[in-house]
Amino acid sequence: MRMTQGTFSFLPDLTDKQVRAQVEYALDRGWAVSVEHTADPHPRNVYWEMWGQPMFDLRDAAGVVQEIKACKAAFPAHFVKVNAFDSTRGWETIRLSFIVQRPAQEPAFALERQEAEGRTIRYTIGRAV
Amino acid sequence: MNQPTAPAMIRDAAQRYKAGVMPYKQMGYWEPEYVPNDTDVIALFRITPQEGVEPEEAAAAVAGESSTATWTVVWTDRLTACEAYRAKAYRVDPVPGTGAGTSVPAQYFAYIAYDLDLFEEGSIANLTASIIGNVFGFKAVKALRLEDMRIPVAYLKTFQGPPTGIVVERERLDKFGRPLLGATVKPKLGLSGKNYGRVVYEALKGGLDFVKDDENINSQAFMHWRDRFLFVMEAVNRAAADTGEVKGHYLNVTAATMEDLYERAEFAKELGSVIVMIDLVIGYTAIQSMAKWARRNNMILHLHRAGHSTYTRQKTHGVSFRVISKWMRMAGVDHIHAGTVVGKLEGDPNVIAGIYDTLREAHTPANLQHGLFFDQPWAGLRKVMPVASGGIHVGQMHQLITYLGEDVVLQFGGGTIGHPMGIQAGATANRVALEAMIQARNEGRDIWNEGPEILHQAAKACAPLKAALDTWKDISFNYESTDTVDYVATPTPA
Repeated sequence: MRMTQGTFSFLPDLTDKQVRAQVEYALDRGWAVSVEHTADPHPRNVYWEMWGQPMFDLRDAAGVVQEIKACKAAFPAHFVKVNAFDSTRGWETIRLSFIVQRPAQEPAFALERQEAEGRTIRYTIGRAV
Repeated sequence: MNQPTAPAMIRDAAQRYKAGVMPYKQMGYWEPEYVPNDTDVIALFRITPQEGVEPEEAAAAVAGESSTATWTVVWTDRLTACEAYRAKAYRVDPVPGTGAGTSVPAQYFAYIAYDLDLFEEGSIANLTASIIGNVFGFKAVKALRLEDMRIPVAYLKTFQGPPTGIVVERERLDKFGRPLLGATVKPKLGLSGKNYGRVVYEALKGGLDFVKDDENINSQAFMHWRDRFLFVMEAVNRAAADTGEVKGHYLNVTAATMEDLYERAEFAKELGSVIVMIDLVIGYTAIQSMAKWARRNNMILHLHRAGHSTYTRQKTHGVSFRVISKWMRMAGVDHIHAGTVVGKLEGDPNVIAGIYDTLREAHTPANLQHGLFFDQPWAGLRKVMPVASGGIHVGQMHQLITYLGEDVVLQFGGGTIGHPMGIQAGATANRVALEAMIQARNEGRDIWNEGPEILHQAAKACAPLKAALDTWKDISFNYESTDTVDYVATPTPA
């Protein structure tokens, strides 16, 4: 399966040039870019591992692209995503987040069902075996 | 204004409180020298006075009937601080394009200020019982429309506001940087629970974030609510497992009584839904109750504005949707249907811009072109996610993003379910078109002009998008808007 989290998962994987264009868009708005990676793309896994801190002081796209490359090289079998954080009052949250690397074989999820009273079913999304 | 004017306010108390009937102006409801306090509620009415009623008297009458007055003088006013409790009409402007020299009867914009103490804290019901109470049936005016309101920060702070808000909704769903995508299940009436869930599953698996119950899906003979909720949650969870994404379905909990509403909402929560839905017709108090329930239970609250066009659409009488949007942000909903500009339902671009700003901005500055008469700080009330729904399709993606921005739910119901290759393909077409357009916008391309070309290029790698564009390429709804802003641009001194 193709995991479809992130802003551009339904498009063909972004090229380096396309990634750089999105980074420039974020930097132009004063957002801080950060890189995260994980082997566990569960939809409720909100805390991927941080590749260092958000690059608050890095305003140069080339530098950001270097960090993305370094993270991908260090974790070739992980998902890697790029986040852009907006610290403006009233937002103070991520404004853009997209996948820049996927493992060759993406893990699939399975749905476990536990039957409860009144036809209710309790669902758990787990890793398919 | 060169019209005969009735004598101004009577200051002598003995004269003022003599039994009998006197013009509202004389009673003190017209005070042109009044300067509103920061804590006043201000209402802007569009008044069409009856023949022979001068505009200041009509404005004073509206102020009177929406605050303390009755048709005759009452001595019991003197037991109160009545000068403070009286609403004050303090400004009347002719509406451009009406009155002498036009074919339209004269209309006036009247500014009326209300003391903060006239209103119960945190109660839309109390606010509206004054502002749109008896006064709308008042004989002295032919027609009356509430165009806009300035809600003081002091009063806003007594409201909870949206239980979740745009920022937290996105964090919970883990979806950033693009509009969310939805669809309403069709046909809206008649499907069984099992067949209904099939539509939900296909649409979510194909790439939508949300599917939605329609406004009139409650608990009918063909599908009772529990059955719908159970099948729908199977579909939502299956789609989440298949895609690795958080998915949702707005379960409509609208019902006959508040007890039924709570029962349905509790069941939706128990099943793990991230969102529930209500209809505007349940009323302001029920909406506020559900807002508090949603905040308590970590649920997103979707509001379908069923019924609003009965009073928001006509320009001369009713309540503008700008005002409804303000009230709903205060009452506390997370989503509200707010117009598409390009779809099948009413929506002038300027009016829609005013509504979207009202829902989403931390501070909405006065903007007459957008129908916003007042600066409106929002005092930290969370942002409401507008929903664009009704006759929109994938070929309009560039127009939708240009008009509506990215903090919006775009709902393509027919445009998903009516896709020639099936529901999943319809959903995929929408999602690919959306992501391609956001990518292009972020790359600095002029999507307004290059939009069709961007869609064409994206369709090369996506057969469902190509089929969607071929099916709906010529569909548009170009009718003149009914609700537009009456505003004459005045040149600003350089």
